[in-house]
Amino acid sequence: MSPDLLKFIFGRLGFDSLPIHELILVGTFAVVALGGVTLLAGLTYFRLWGYLWREWFTTVDHKRIGIMYMILGIVMLLRGFADALMMRAQQAMAFGGSEGFLPAHHYDQVFTAHGVIMIFFVAMPLVTGLMNFVVPLQIGARDVSFPFLNNFSFWMTVGGAVLVMLSLFIGEFARTGWLAYPPLSNIGYSPDVGVDYYIWGLQVAGVGTTLSGINLICTIVKLRCPGMTMMRMPVFTWTSLCTNILIVASFPVLTVVLALLSLDRYVGTNFFTNDFGGSPMMYVNLIWIWGHPEVYILVLPAFGIFSEVTSTFSGKRLFGYTSMVYATVVITILSYLVWLHHFFTMGSGASVNSFFGITTMIISIPTGAKMFNWLFTMYRGRIRYELPMMWTIAFMLTFVLGGMTGVLLAVPPADFVLHNSLFLIAHFHNVIIGGVVFGAFAGINYWFPKAFGFRLDPFWGKCSFWFWVTGFYMAFMPLYVLGLMGVTRRLRVFDDPSLQIWFVIAAIGAGLVFLGILSMLMQFAVSFLKREQLKDVTGDPWDARTLEWATSSPPPDYNFAFTPVVHDNDAWWDMKKRGYQRPLTGFKPIHMPSSTGTGIILAGFATAMGFGLVWYMWWLAALSFIAMLAVGIGHTFNYHRDFDIPADDVIRTEDARTKLLAGAK
Amino acid sequence: MSTNTHAAGAHDHHHDDGHGHSTFSGYMLGFVLSVVLTAIPFWLVMSGALPSKQITALVIMAFAVVQIVVHMIYFLHMNTKSENGWSMMALIFTIVMVVIALSGSLWVMNHLNSNMMPIHEMTGMK
Repeated sequence: MSPDLLKFIFGRLGFDSLPIHELILVGTFAVVALGGVTLLAGLTYFRLWGYLWREWFTTVDHKRIGIMYMILGIVMLLRGFADALMMRAQQAMAFGGSEGFLPAHHYDQVFTAHGVIMIFFVAMPLVTGLMNFVVPLQIGARDVSFPFLNNFSFWMTVGGAVLVMLSLFIGEFARTGWLAYPPLSNIGYSPDVGVDYYIWGLQVAGVGTTLSGINLICTIVKLRCPGMTMMRMPVFTWTSLCTNILIVASFPVLTVVLALLSLDRYVGTNFFTNDFGGSPMMYVNLIWIWGHPEVYILVLPAFGIFSEVTSTFSGKRLFGYTSMVYATVVITILSYLVWLHHFFTMGSGASVNSFFGITTMIISIPTGAKMFNWLFTMYRGRIRYELPMMWTIAFMLTFVLGGMTGVLLAVPPADFVLHNSLFLIAHFHNVIIGGVVFGAFAGINYWFPKAFGFRLDPFWGKCSFWFWVTGFYMAFMPLYVLGLMGVTRRLRVFDDPSLQIWFVIAAIGAGLVFLGILSMLMQFAVSFLKREQLKDVTGDPWDARTLEWATSSPPPDYNFAFTPVVHDNDAWWDMKKRGYQRPLTGFKPIHMPSSTGTGIILAGFATAMGFGLVWYMWWLAALSFIAMLAVGIGHTFNYHRDFDIPADDVIRTEDARTKLLAGAK
Repeated sequence: MSTNTHAAGAHDHHHDDGHGHSTFSGYMLGFVLSVVLTAIPFWLVMSGALPSKQITALVIMAFAVVQIVVHMIYFLHMNTKSENGWSMMALIFTIVMVVIALSGSLWVMNHLNSNMMPIHEMTGMK
């Protein structure tokens, strides 16, 4: 074949793009390929493809989509954590003339991928998954407002993750740090495909995130059951509402910034270049207008989870519900007023820096108010130290620490010393792990019985808890010390031998966290094996307070046979107190949305388009784009969008639950 | 929980939440207004009617803002009561966010421009 034709078909992609000379990657590829082939063979052998396609991939059921988000988050956590282990090992080794085991070219990709994956493909899916699963149940709805859109959003998120994962074996990932600042990320300094993978991975996933934000706002505003006024919504629903408002308001900024960066890279514009009037500082400014709200997008739902858990396991109504709601709303607005604290040192004057320093300190006030609300909820409560509550207590201790170092960093003169140091790294891991990750784990342990009908095994859960918590402190407290001594982030080799001990301690901490992750996987496996023993027949294993516990575990497809009517903040608690009787007769057919494969097909084409754009395979990009349009338009002619669950099926499902409940007593 | 079926959220078809009504004359009025509001800026630029470029730019921005309002009223049928006031609330929130992002960026970038840009480049830039 002629070189021109090859170039037309494969763009920049050639055999030299495959990292066959990097042993670590070849090894990883071998393991992944082996695992993948085993998985595919297993699925084929047990004839699970049809089941997966019909019941999971094409489903529009918010509960299953939520579960798939959680699986995506946990799978990507393994990838992101592998990167973390590699970094910790490299930094612990690269002393006294040793170069460590990662070449610079690879190390830079590792820390970039770690950041991108942990934020976009671990934290976001975990948070979105929990919101997707819980919110409609908590507000007594049958599904989200736009069930098909929900399925599409999920697959777009997967598409982004697939692009980022592909970069591991085909080509390479960005070597720019997780926000890809220009001029480094511009075509002059990053001519290869890394940054393009970054851009298209985030753009594809970003469509999913934005649409799911719109979907959940609409669901919360429109689909609350009768009686549930705004001020009777569970706190988790409130924080979800605020988070999704933040998503819808801030993700477009990210989309535009990345679009401008891709124009710079693809067609030679000069938005963020050094010359011709471009300003890289504008990129930094814009991306943090998205970036700061993003951290509140992640942590607000976690605050919601802790609120539900604290009141449930203290057996008390949440202290200061109204102040909790107002604190959440205030954080939502204030999170837009602090973005400059990420670049105090870029050269704004004293007035700008003091303004943003002060707003940053102010935002800790509503967060502190929440902390006191949780403490007062626990005060004189009959606290049960089940796993969700343990994660909540670990959160409260850890997050306060992270919050305090945050306020320290909010002081501009202090930031001039600590900017870009490991102190900063320790700070944001302190709040993201202590807040978001612990929150997600509290949520997983709390709602798992609702999702699957059996509780998670407490023994392995406690192992996971203690490994994670001790591992976290061992891994990040040394980084505070190192940061105060002036060690900057993203370094690959070190000269000063006195620093090594701290990196070794941090590496041991990362090892403990690894054991925590393994224990968690073990916890899932053991719980599945012991599912009969851990079974939850009541649907309310924790003696909880909100509506999702009013239905069976796992809930039927339609969530509630009759739409509940709410008279109190803690709706289910109130129903239990008033001696609520489950209706046993009078069931009617239930109108539900139908499954559709359009979402996964559209997202597949979007991913192919991203791949084409990364490698300059213009034909692939163009064809996928046209295919997306065709499928999208074709879907508007799909008139089989809904069906009725026959009354007989509803009666059968509800009777089965009646029998189970009778057996439980 | 009551046993009467409240239509279950996702699929009922409400048509009663105070949408501004779409009429032919309404659309025509909106269309004419938006054409006029587009034509005037074009004319301003092409004829150079105003003395300085800066004033022209500001006037065009003002027309753009009016254009947005016209679109919201005549094409999106927004008013203070539509969707139980949620549209208005969303609008106010959006305006707050946009004002914060724009004014903040202008302020910050102005500072960075005067503090960080090398002098020799400043003279070459408009």
